[in-house]
Amino acid sequence: MPEPLLQLDDVEARYGPVKALHGVSLTVGEGEVVAVLGANGAGKTTTLRAVSGTVKRSGEIVFAGNRISRRPPEAVARLGIAHVPEGRGTLTDLTVRENLRLGAYVRRDRAGIRDDEQRVLSYFPWLELRAGQRAGTLSGGEQQMLALARALMLRPKLVLLDEPSLGLAPMVVSEIFRIVGELNEREGLAVLVVEQNAVLALEASSRAYVLEVGKVAVEGSSAELRRNESVRRSYLGY
Amino acid sequence: MLLAFDWTELAQQIVVGLASGGVWATLALALVLIYRSTGVLNFAQGEMAMFSTFIAWSLVHHGLSYWAAFALTIGISFLGGVLVERAVIRPVEDAPVLTVVIVTLGLFFVVNGAARWIWSPEVRSLPNAFSTRPIDVVGVAFSIQDLGTIGVSLGAVGLLWLFFRFTKLGLASRAAAVNPEASRLLGVRVSWMLALGWGLAAAMGAVSGMLTAPALASFDQNLMQPVLLYAFAGAVLGGIDSPFGAVVGTLILGVLVNLIGTYVDWIGTELRLPVALAVILGVLLIRPTGLFGREAVRRV
Amino acid sequence: MGRRALGVGLWLLIAAAALLVYLFAPTFVSDFHSRDLAHAGVFFIAIVGLNLLTGYTGQISLGHGALMAIGGYTTAALVVHEHWRDVWTIPLAGLAAGVVGFLIGLPALRLSGLYLALATFAFAVAMPSLLRKFSGLTGGGQGLRLLESSPEQVTGISGTVTIFGHSMTQNHFLYYLTWAIGLVGFLIMWLIVRGGLGRLFRAVRDSEVAAVSSGVNLARYKTLAFAISGVYAGVAGALLAIQDEIVNPLTFTFLLSILILVGAVVGGLGSLPGMVLGALFVQYLPDLSTRVSSKPGVPDFVYGAAIILVMILLPSGAGGLLRRLAEPLTTRLYTRP
Repeated sequence: MPEPLLQLDDVEARYGPVKALHGVSLTVGEGEVVAVLGANGAGKTTTLRAVSGTVKRSGEIVFAGNRISRRPPEAVARLGIAHVPEGRGTLTDLTVRENLRLGAYVRRDRAGIRDDEQRVLSYFPWLELRAGQRAGTLSGGEQQMLALARALMLRPKLVLLDEPSLGLAPMVVSEIFRIVGELNEREGLAVLVVEQNAVLALEASSRAYVLEVGKVAVEGSSAELRRNESVRRSYLGY
Repeated sequence: MLLAFDWTELAQQIVVGLASGGVWATLALALVLIYRSTGVLNFAQGEMAMFSTFIAWSLVHHGLSYWAAFALTIGISFLGGVLVERAVIRPVEDAPVLTVVIVTLGLFFVVNGAARWIWSPEVRSLPNAFSTRPIDVVGVAFSIQDLGTIGVSLGAVGLLWLFFRFTKLGLASRAAAVNPEASRLLGVRVSWMLALGWGLAAAMGAVSGMLTAPALASFDQNLMQPVLLYAFAGAVLGGIDSPFGAVVGTLILGVLVNLIGTYVDWIGTELRLPVALAVILGVLLIRPTGLFGREAVRRV
Repeated sequence: MGRRALGVGLWLLIAAAALLVYLFAPTFVSDFHSRDLAHAGVFFIAIVGLNLLTGYTGQISLGHGALMAIGGYTTAALVVHEHWRDVWTIPLAGLAAGVVGFLIGLPALRLSGLYLALATFAFAVAMPSLLRKFSGLTGGGQGLRLLESSPEQVTGISGTVTIFGHSMTQNHFLYYLTWAIGLVGFLIMWLIVRGGLGRLFRAVRDSEVAAVSSGVNLARYKTLAFAISGVYAGVAGALLAIQDEIVNPLTFTFLLSILILVGAVVGGLGSLPGMVLGALFVQYLPDLSTRVSSKPGVPDFVYGAAIILVMILLPSGAGGLLRRLAEPLTTRLYTRP
């Protein structure tokens, strides 16, 4: 069994005095798409924040052989983890092109960045047309795709995707998941995706974890979870 | 009738107004810089600029030329601004906005007190930045001092614009101001961007102070207090969250105040300040976001 | 029932202790210091008023010194021009400032946060000039001198004041008067904020949109807060005029507005008990700063540094600290172990 790309061991996290994660353990393998499901407040977003270092956490987090449990967000980004936050995190006052450039902020290789810009534009060709536009004027779906494109500019090994379907029309959402699937197949990009929409997430992923009140309640392959009716009824709401 | 009007004098007064406005504009830009990144009005900005001016005076007093002192002071002020942010603002980063405002008020007294302690309260003067000769432009006499002041002010503003628009650091700084959480995820060290903002603001303030002082026969530690008021007024007029607006608004204010002072007799020079205050109140009542501001107004 | 009684009992104890301190403080300090304490009382009243405006309804005012000016000058004008007894002018001074506060509150409805701060800032800075301009009423740059113009109307001019048979010095009288009004004002404010009205005010601060959706008439409560805090500022200004026996444009500068605001924030916005500490801080800090060294600039430096330090150590002011200290006490009183 090869070492997983990302491993969380008994991770706890708190917002001030409130504990949000009570010991979460999960893994993401190289080139895997893993989903994190659960109701509101179960701790899904917090789990991603624990990985990227934007919340107070304790426990073991290992990425590509590096212990990142104590590292700040900029160090985590430099190691190759791109976090697309809930709500997209669009830098609204900046242009589309400036948003993309910032995606590569931690990188030094000018030639590599230029190549990646071309590559990213091949996935989202319409970005080129809107390059000089203020990012805040894009629609929700376009901003989500911009956020994804921006994440790709990091040349990440792992993308943390938080609620990509939030507030978007179904057609747009399936397009986004299609692109995620394509990136996973073509580039071998590993993805840890948090989703409320369990149906979509289970279709797009190979494995999934279901969180409840800050702990992992159920885990398994996505195919199994889809078939398991009691799991669907009790945890996934359908 | 048009021929009887003294166009020459109007042109000259406009230039004079632009010169005062330019000096205020650099301070206004400093205020907006800090407001945009921290959401706080730095009431101590003027005093920090005054402190820089006194540093410049000391350098000149020790033999440096005006422009050498100018450049050195800008560098020192930048570092000073960064230092102030790390020492005094960083500890209250997460505190309510009003707490930070009180801290800047405390800073006002600290800097003013320090300046009066280090350099005693006697008056002193800075040599003129430019020659006081007049120069002929299309047959109208303008003072080189005024034109030079406008040039340096706009030059400083222009350099700052170039920095924010075209450098990686400037881009990151803008991002940190717009969305600190998302920027952090991209690897931007948001906290240091704040320090950078304070450093640049201090440098801008230094430019303002060093252009204000030579125009006066003599100055003391109260030098920048009226300038701060004018800077506030101009920033409000132009839009306190818009750097472009702050600069343009202050230039307009400079011209406006000067023209009113020249052509409306009973206002004269003493009531210039109340005119500025009236502008603040007027703008806030009619259109709080100013000419170019963009903050959304919630109609509840 | 037992726990509730314990809570009430605790508060009564604190109130009784406060009353004792109030009544007997002058016996422990010199006559001169009674004057200082009276001065602190002026700050206290103004701060309590500002606390309602900024701490409860979240409207920032940098112009409370100007509202105090309205009260102070009303008192002075009534004493000097109309020969009123100084103490009887207090209610009218409060009312005048309350009306002005209300008038400011109206346009303030359209401004929020920063813009309101700037508007009140401009108002405060303009006040001295305005006072100089209307010299017929205000005595212009010279101001109004209560002592010289109407000495017979100044209480305690003879040096002693007799109330209910007790004789006391003028300074002691000023102390008792100011803090009596202060404590009554405190009590009234406490009654205002603990009831439904207080909750409405806080609703305005926390979320205007939510408040309106719940049917709260935003305008009414915002202007009401301005008016009430204006009354307090006016009363404070009146007492200042009575204590100093003189008012001039330099009495009520922007600096005063800053002091009131600092006192309110240091005391802890939204916390009434902290306001006493805030008032004492603002009263005694300048004095203590001068004690450190009287070389030019050093007192200001110390003063500013102290303010910064207090804000860094206690971002929520003394009130925040008091709340944190009291938490274990109160939670144990009101929750199950």
